[in-house]
Amino acid sequence: MRFGVLSALVLPLCACNRGIFDPVGPVAAAEKQILINSTAIMLAIIIPTMIATVAVAWWFRRGNAKATYRPDWEYSGAIELVVWGVPILTVMLLAGIAWIGSHDLEPSKPLKSDKPPLTVDVVSLDWKWLFIYPEQGIATVNRLVVPAGTPVNYRLTSATVWNVFWVPQMGTMIYTMPRMTTRLNLQADRPGIYDGLSGHFSGDGFPGMQFKAHVLPPQQFALWVQSARGSGQALDGRAYAELSKPTSYVKPTTYGAVAPGLFDAIVADRVPGTQLLPHNRPTTEQGAGHVR
Amino acid sequence: MFGKLSWDAIPFHDPIPLFTSLVVILALAALAIWVWRKGWWPYLWHQYITSTDHKKIGIMYIVLGLLMLVRGFSDAIMMRLQQSMAIGASQGYLPPEHYNQIFSAHGTIMIFFVAMPLVIGFMNFVVPLQLGVRDVAFPTMNNVSFWLTASGALLINVSLFVGEFARTGWLAYPPLSELRFSPGVGVDYYLVALQISGVGTILTAVNFVTTILKIRAPGMSYMRMPVFCWTSLASNLLILAAFPVLTVTLGLLMLDRYLGFHFFTNDGGGNSMLYMNLIWVWGHPEVYILILPAFGIYSEVAATFSGKPLFGYRSMVFATLAICIISFCVWLHHFFTMGAGADVNAVFGIASMIIAIPTGVKIFNWLFTMYGGRVRFSVPMHYLIGFMLTFVIGGLTGVLLAIPPVDFVVHNTLFLIAHFHQVIIGGVVFAIMAGYTYWFPKAFGFTLDERLGKAVFWCWFIGFHLAFMPLYVLGFWGGTRRLQHISDPSWAPWLHVALLGAVIIGVGIVLTVVQLLYSIRTRDQRRDVTGDPWDGRTLEWLTLSPPPHYNFAVLPDVHGEEAYWTRKQTAIKQVALIEEPDYQPIEMPVDTPTGVICAFFTSLCGFAVIWHIWWLAILGLIGAFAVLVWYAWRDEHEHLIPVGEVRKNARERRRIRMEHLHELSQST
Repeated sequence: MRFGVLSALVLPLCACNRGIFDPVGPVAAAEKQILINSTAIMLAIIIPTMIATVAVAWWFRRGNAKATYRPDWEYSGAIELVVWGVPILTVMLLAGIAWIGSHDLEPSKPLKSDKPPLTVDVVSLDWKWLFIYPEQGIATVNRLVVPAGTPVNYRLTSATVWNVFWVPQMGTMIYTMPRMTTRLNLQADRPGIYDGLSGHFSGDGFPGMQFKAHVLPPQQFALWVQSARGSGQALDGRAYAELSKPTSYVKPTTYGAVAPGLFDAIVADRVPGTQLLPHNRPTTEQGAGHVR
Repeated sequence: MFGKLSWDAIPFHDPIPLFTSLVVILALAALAIWVWRKGWWPYLWHQYITSTDHKKIGIMYIVLGLLMLVRGFSDAIMMRLQQSMAIGASQGYLPPEHYNQIFSAHGTIMIFFVAMPLVIGFMNFVVPLQLGVRDVAFPTMNNVSFWLTASGALLINVSLFVGEFARTGWLAYPPLSELRFSPGVGVDYYLVALQISGVGTILTAVNFVTTILKIRAPGMSYMRMPVFCWTSLASNLLILAAFPVLTVTLGLLMLDRYLGFHFFTNDGGGNSMLYMNLIWVWGHPEVYILILPAFGIYSEVAATFSGKPLFGYRSMVFATLAICIISFCVWLHHFFTMGAGADVNAVFGIASMIIAIPTGVKIFNWLFTMYGGRVRFSVPMHYLIGFMLTFVIGGLTGVLLAIPPVDFVVHNTLFLIAHFHQVIIGGVVFAIMAGYTYWFPKAFGFTLDERLGKAVFWCWFIGFHLAFMPLYVLGFWGGTRRLQHISDPSWAPWLHVALLGAVIIGVGIVLTVVQLLYSIRTRDQRRDVTGDPWDGRTLEWLTLSPPPHYNFAVLPDVHGEEAYWTRKQTAIKQVALIEEPDYQPIEMPVDTPTGVICAFFTSLCGFAVIWHIWWLAILGLIGAFAVLVWYAWRDEHEHLIPVGEVRKNARERRRIRMEHLHELSQST
């Protein structure tokens, strides 16, 4: 109850429903709860400390004849005990939260669900996101489509430099790193379109490295997969080489077919037809982007 | 002949850097000519540039730090302006390749060439005085350290006019900073400048650890040292342990870039995660290298302006050393989102929180120092209270970042930016401003104007909150750092408030200059005659302001924790000073141009390495080494200050102090 009251102090910061205070899945909701609880625990110590700081300084101002001056008072065992005790107890409480939270919300841990998870492979390119659906044999650029209420198991890597894959309203962000695979498990329950972005600076085209995450009801997701499959271009070695050229503010596209094993080839840096490309000077596809 | 250097390196087509560098070059030339016309060069050369006096070197560090603050702040205001313009359809006025250099330069300059020189400057000026000694252990090395730092600062600023600066952020993470992704000279400027100034910083640490451990006034045992000396010791131990890691890390990246090694590359078996770990093994202790001396300054201010000893001295010392050690066990919290696993994340998260315990103790101890005191709300006290209010919130957000599941949604966002500015501005910068006001009269013999000083404080305090509180909000909305363009128009009002905050801080910086000029003009009314303008408690207030080259005619005998305070109280009670001692001639180190000449050659060498001008690099290296060899063969080590001069100065000080004592005894 006390936490509820205290968290009301934090919440005005996010009066509008958005960002990490408007979670759409279990991971994000749990993280929001931990954020609010820990803030409340700390505010319970910090607000009195702040008030005491101002009050003590003001009461013991030089001009105040009513305040007793104790020029030699410099030690009190009892106070020392409190002074060490209060932060130690607070940190013990928070440490418990951190330990449990880290284990519950470990990104690589599969989520509990009756439904089998969907696998999505994520590749950060200069400067756009490639999402490969290995089970469905399709791929998209800058548009992530996932079914609502279904856990999604992401495998992530980067084709160039480091980035961070993040849909704030879904929760946890994670690094995408070249020649390495990271794992992330998320679930979105509320259908809608959410902002996704790169959370780690990756060069000149970085601000244009945004995507939309579409959360569709499961039937609609199945329809989308059906309509996507076979339509549009195929993502083979040549198409990937074209795609991997540095561009920013890239329009979402869909590939109706994907060369098998493409993700693993990207992790191994062995995609045929790709070459080392200069990292600067992005070209732009959309007007909103930076043109130079 | 000139390696990669050609006329293309000059930014003829970019009006902003071109104009700025021309203005800076003209201003420096004008300043040099003005000093020459006034005939001040010999004075500057002998009293400052070649000085081995720790006080003069400290002042040079502080001047360097304040000048670089202006540069770093210009970068900050340009970023704020860009982010408040480039929203939605607008692209603002800075293209990404320029904007990315600016935020990289801002971070690098503010940490390495503002915060570090200022903190080291205060240590230089204050520590030997507080220890009651005449100089640091290695006075010439001290001068060399300063000039190497200045050499690094020079190279960073040259990058504005010749070539470019790194576009990688202030820690230059590979693979982005590798040759494949950053082929220009920007990253090389970053690496070389930090390597040179890093050598200076390590030498400083060697110097101060030695000084504090080995050279103290008679009777100044460890547990009688002022807390600022303790925090300086802890900070220098951290430098000694952490900076070599930085040197090696940057060295490995240089091997990658210059000789085709594969430490951090994507191919050839390199691993960029290694860099991330190594750089933060240095980087996390670095923030404590900065904040510990700041805590020391607050401790001095709290005791002096509350008119009573620091509460819980032993606790404070223990807390300082605890922070010093734990700070090496937390680096991984900078990348919880790398997927290290739950156990690793939790252990490092909890270790990071544990640092909040000694820090919390310190806050409470300052609070209880004020309790029962007679608090004077002078400018340094404003900063102390402002710091305590600001820092606890910064601590809260810091502990939030240390909780892995919370970090998963705020890592690398504007929330993080707001957090570390809150602890660095609210912690380090406020301490620097407090220390500047507090020790200025000791350095120059007159106090700074109080009214303007308070105005500066309010500018920093209000400006900081306006500039960074909105960033917490944007962080919660998913706002990430280092954005040259913002897509979401609803961020605009928050970014405009942040810009207003930055402008208010700018007004504060301008007022600092005004305060300095006004105080110099009116210095005759604000002389610090007694050498003890704040009713101080530590030994620096025993000697006159400014102190003579040798600080103390006779090294003070220390009894008890507050060496000067006890001595002063006895004198006031007895209305008499201690018996006049037997003065001896004093040996002091001679001035030497070793540092400045050595730095000249290292700057040449550094510039040559950046541009691949190998003959010049070798020449610079040989030159720098030759200067040190030449210095090692010197005949004259010290010069003697005759006993007559020592006695005359000391008697003058005693006369002033006696007059003051009589005034005090008559007034009570």
